[in-house]
Amino acid sequence: MGSLSLGTSSQGRTEKAVPGRNWGPLLTIAASIVVLAVAWQLAAALWPSRAFPPPLDVLRVMVRETAKGEIPYHLGITLCRVAASFLLAIVIGSAIGIFLGSHPRADRFLDPWVILSLNVPALVVIVLAYIWFGLNEVAAIGAVAFNKIPNVIVTMREGTRALDLRYTDMARVYKFGPFARLRHVVLPQLQPYLAAASRSGISLIWKIVLVVELLGRSNGVGFQINLYFQLFDVASILAYTLAFVCVMLLIEILLVQPLEHASTRWRRRAT
Amino acid sequence: MNTLRPVGADARLEIEIRRKSFEASRGGSIDVLHDLDFAVEQNEFACLVGPSGCGKTTTLRLLLGLDHDFEGRIKLPGAGEPRIGMVFQEPILLPWRTVEENVRLALPKALQGKNLDHLFDALGLGKLRAFYPGELSLGLARRAALARALAIEPDLLVLDEPFVSLDEATAQQLRHLLLQIWSEHPTTVLMVTHNVQEAIMLADRIFVLSPRPSHVVGSFLIRVPRQSRNPQVRSDILRSFHERFPTQL
Repeated sequence: MGSLSLGTSSQGRTEKAVPGRNWGPLLTIAASIVVLAVAWQLAAALWPSRAFPPPLDVLRVMVRETAKGEIPYHLGITLCRVAASFLLAIVIGSAIGIFLGSHPRADRFLDPWVILSLNVPALVVIVLAYIWFGLNEVAAIGAVAFNKIPNVIVTMREGTRALDLRYTDMARVYKFGPFARLRHVVLPQLQPYLAAASRSGISLIWKIVLVVELLGRSNGVGFQINLYFQLFDVASILAYTLAFVCVMLLIEILLVQPLEHASTRWRRRAT
Repeated sequence: MNTLRPVGADARLEIEIRRKSFEASRGGSIDVLHDLDFAVEQNEFACLVGPSGCGKTTTLRLLLGLDHDFEGRIKLPGAGEPRIGMVFQEPILLPWRTVEENVRLALPKALQGKNLDHLFDALGLGKLRAFYPGELSLGLARRAALARALAIEPDLLVLDEPFVSLDEATAQQLRHLLLQIWSEHPTTVLMVTHNVQEAIMLADRIFVLSPRPSHVVGSFLIRVPRQSRNPQVRSDILRSFHERFPTQL
């Protein structure tokens, strides 16, 4: 939308009616998935092997395991671990990142710690967590969160450094309270950085959660994949993986995208 | 060290800045303000004019409490915690909040829920309250910034070149709007401008600043009522201003 000028006769804004849903992009995605499935089916037919089952076999395993309640149970456990680790990493990482971004002396002192923790391999953190704290849920979730926190710190620190001081000055002149300042001035400016940290965070975290489950838990998708690896049951491995990916896709479409859409609507209307 | 304290409701704005300097990037310090003294009477409209870079905006930042590192004293008008309405050089509206939200967020607790219909209508923003700042032209965004400053019923209204970078017709329209609203609800006003003609149109008193380190060279009182300041009168006032301050601007 173009900007209005002083001379324009100002028409009242009536909220636009939601236009009919555009199915084009969804159809494209569906077609893309169908093509992938067909290519997989063809490849499996050309190279028949227990190590490379066709998609229908995988689907059959998915349905069977879902009906037995196995997939929902293990998927639920893994999702809980992902959610807990994600929340911990985002909250702790954001708090530290905002603090370091606004306190340069503390940042100079703690920067080597951040670089160090960024470069510690995930596997080392997991193994050490299990040795130091035992094979328990706290160690598992803590190890996953610890792996992600440095990335969140770095992203949010950059975001805080880029805060526009003119808005800060305006908020001081008009005596915004601390909560109003955070909600209306700071967080909207950090939103793109928070979105970037969350996006990369969720994909990294669920992969690390699987490793944590494989190494030291007795349930969850990672544990099941390890089990079927020992049985050389590739169809079950793929069934669990696909089920998890589908859930993550649903979360992306039903939760992440609508949230992002709502928080950036001012930007779209302004262009 | 500086003090920044409000006094009684009937008090005037008093600025006595002994010294304000900035650290230079290559070491040492640059004096920006030196013995800058002036006072604005209650409900007076005063303008600060001076050459570019003389420290006009710095003076406003000290007055707004955005910078406390100076030697001197500032007495703000208004009782208790004085309300200062500020219009910056740029509108500085939060882009992610609508025009109305921007104005309401600035309201002090005592004015929460205040009916803003009259103010928005007077500024021609009545139908644009639900718009985001990015959807407005610069002129409309400046009106919104003015609405925010006036909505808080300020004890002191501070304007930092509020009509700069607007075309003359739009700027003139906004000057008239400002005068109209201010005459309905008079308050103490301090406006920084580099446009002497604008100052002559709006102000009761003009303070002329020297180049850096800045101090007040003199004040120019305009006794002619605003409604009588037609182009001919303004031109006469401008001539006498230049006779009095021939080299300052």
